[in-house]
Amino acid sequence: MIRLFLLLTILHFSTLLFGKTWVVSKDGANPSIKTTILKAQPGDTLLIKSGYFKEGNIIVNKSLVLIGQGLPVIDGENKYENFTLTAPFVTLQGLKIINTGISDVNDISAITGESVKNLRIIDNIIEDAFFGIHLKGSTNSLISGNKLKARNQRDAQSGNGIHLWKCDSIRIINNTVEGHRDGIYFEFVTHSVIQGNVSHHNLRYGLHFMFSHNDEYRNNTFKDNGAGVAVMFSKKVKMFNNLFMENWGSSAYGLLLKEISDCIIENNRFYKNTVGIYLEGVNRGTFANNQFRENGWAVKLQASSIENVFEKNNFVGNTFDLSTNGSLTANRLDANYWDKYDGYDMGHDGIGDIPFHPVSVYSMIVEKMPTAVMLWRSFLVFMLDRAEKLVPVIIPENLRDDHPQMKAYDISS
Amino acid sequence: MMKIAKYALLDILRNRFVLFYTFFLLLVSLSMFSLDSDSSKATLSLLNIILMVVPLVSIIFTTIHFFNSYEFIELMLSQPINRKAIFASEFIAVSAALCTSYLVGIGIPVLLLNNSAESMVLILSGLMLTLVFVALGFAASISTRDKAKGIGVALLFWFYFSLIYDGLLLYIIYSFSDYPLEKITLMLVSLNPVDLARIVILLKLDISALMGYTGAFYKNFFGSSLGILYSLGVLGLWVIIPFLISIKVFLKKDI
Repeated sequence: MIRLFLLLTILHFSTLLFGKTWVVSKDGANPSIKTTILKAQPGDTLLIKSGYFKEGNIIVNKSLVLIGQGLPVIDGENKYENFTLTAPFVTLQGLKIINTGISDVNDISAITGESVKNLRIIDNIIEDAFFGIHLKGSTNSLISGNKLKARNQRDAQSGNGIHLWKCDSIRIINNTVEGHRDGIYFEFVTHSVIQGNVSHHNLRYGLHFMFSHNDEYRNNTFKDNGAGVAVMFSKKVKMFNNLFMENWGSSAYGLLLKEISDCIIENNRFYKNTVGIYLEGVNRGTFANNQFRENGWAVKLQASSIENVFEKNNFVGNTFDLSTNGSLTANRLDANYWDKYDGYDMGHDGIGDIPFHPVSVYSMIVEKMPTAVMLWRSFLVFMLDRAEKLVPVIIPENLRDDHPQMKAYDISS
Repeated sequence: MMKIAKYALLDILRNRFVLFYTFFLLLVSLSMFSLDSDSSKATLSLLNIILMVVPLVSIIFTTIHFFNSYEFIELMLSQPINRKAIFASEFIAVSAALCTSYLVGIGIPVLLLNNSAESMVLILSGLMLTLVFVALGFAASISTRDKAKGIGVALLFWFYFSLIYDGLLLYIIYSFSDYPLEKITLMLVSLNPVDLARIVILLKLDISALMGYTGAFYKNFFGSSLGILYSLGVLGLWVIIPFLISIKVFLKKDI
């Protein structure tokens, strides 16, 4: 696989070396991108000089390299799809793509790649697109350093920023997505990497995974999206070093996990979300070294989740650390730091001597009867929690941390 | 009337309890703000003080004051003065004293250290709670004959509004949890000034998101200017109704 990839890359560069360079300029010999593409041979390079291009739908059906100089503007006039890539080995770089059309029937996007491989979409600025970058059935491609921004207010009039369907081995690196429906959307995408992206103020999810296995995302920031990040129906997804923050609202989640298995979630930070992580039907997940800070619920663990392990996480300043809806939960908590822990450590080994039960009785009540949330912060609730702490009868006995840490872990950014 | 109120106020100030109370509130609010770097969190911590300590002190102080100035009231009654005026001036004196100490102890530090809309709601609700529990204190002392009984009834009031009522509410929510309860709980909340103040303050602190559908419903209601007027109006009723009842009893009572 890797060898093939290397070979292809070398091939790619060799065509680059021997190709001809066409200069597309408003006041030059080639004023139109479309006609220059007709004239060019596969492997050629188009240098697009700064200017304003209204050329409808530009179809790139040859392996060409399109490089913008001085940020040429490609206007879709709110009608057309700006670029349709139908050949492999196409590079789009340094373009400003604006005003993509909106359609209820087709997924019109600023850049579409259909059943092609080895695309490189680098350092473009995409504004007011319906869909931003849309790859279908594509493999081995790079989407890097793009800035996507949409201004739609309504869900139905807005497409996803980076939308991948049935792709494999895609690298999405250092992009910024803002104001789309879903920032980054994955469906049937495998072996892909999402790294260093910032996805914020999107209408629905910052990142949305469906049926996508063996993917990895790391060092991303998901901030203030309508509903946070959702990973559903996927296997073996790795999530490292991400920051989930300020996903605040009555149905917003830092990270929503549904029907996924064998995922690893490490070194992430969850800050000021309504729900840090919501787990439903999650099996064999590992949650380690995460920082949960000032969330409404740090972790909402539905009883349909089994064999998950939470260890070495920090829980600081959350309203509820952990809540669950069942009495029997087959998950393990170990060696976490809980700021609500008030036990003691006589052996001075940094581990509290009495176990900690992070589920409070009030959170159980609220889980059963949502209306009871109106009693929050009342004296009665305080008394209930205190009484239950002394003599636990309602909270699930096996959902406890036997080695609560006395000091918070140093979880670096 | 104002003359009697002035004398009653001087009498209150003489026993130094009000000064002590002011100092206590000041100490608590300043220490909350210095302990917590996040000022809106400190405001939230102050909520507990406002919901627990302010009502307790208000109602107990009012009751004790009433029985302590029993002889003064008797003396006044022997003069050709309207009974209503005597009672009203006592009420004005006590509430003026307690409101001033509340404003100095909590209002000024909060306004100085975290000047925002939520602080205004916090201060206003605390002020209303003071008035409500002064009125309830008068009702408790008027309806009893001796001091011990009066304090007992006052404590019962306090217990009822800050603990027992919530327990009953939880029981109702539990029993009828299959039904949509939002409107009914909204009504039931209005029957308890402490709950009403708590929810209004919590909603202002943008915690409604935690409260799911109920929170959204409450936010819609209390978030509007009509909702604020409603809650202030209900708290006002909680002052006026006990006051009117106790004045009625006082007019007929054989002192």
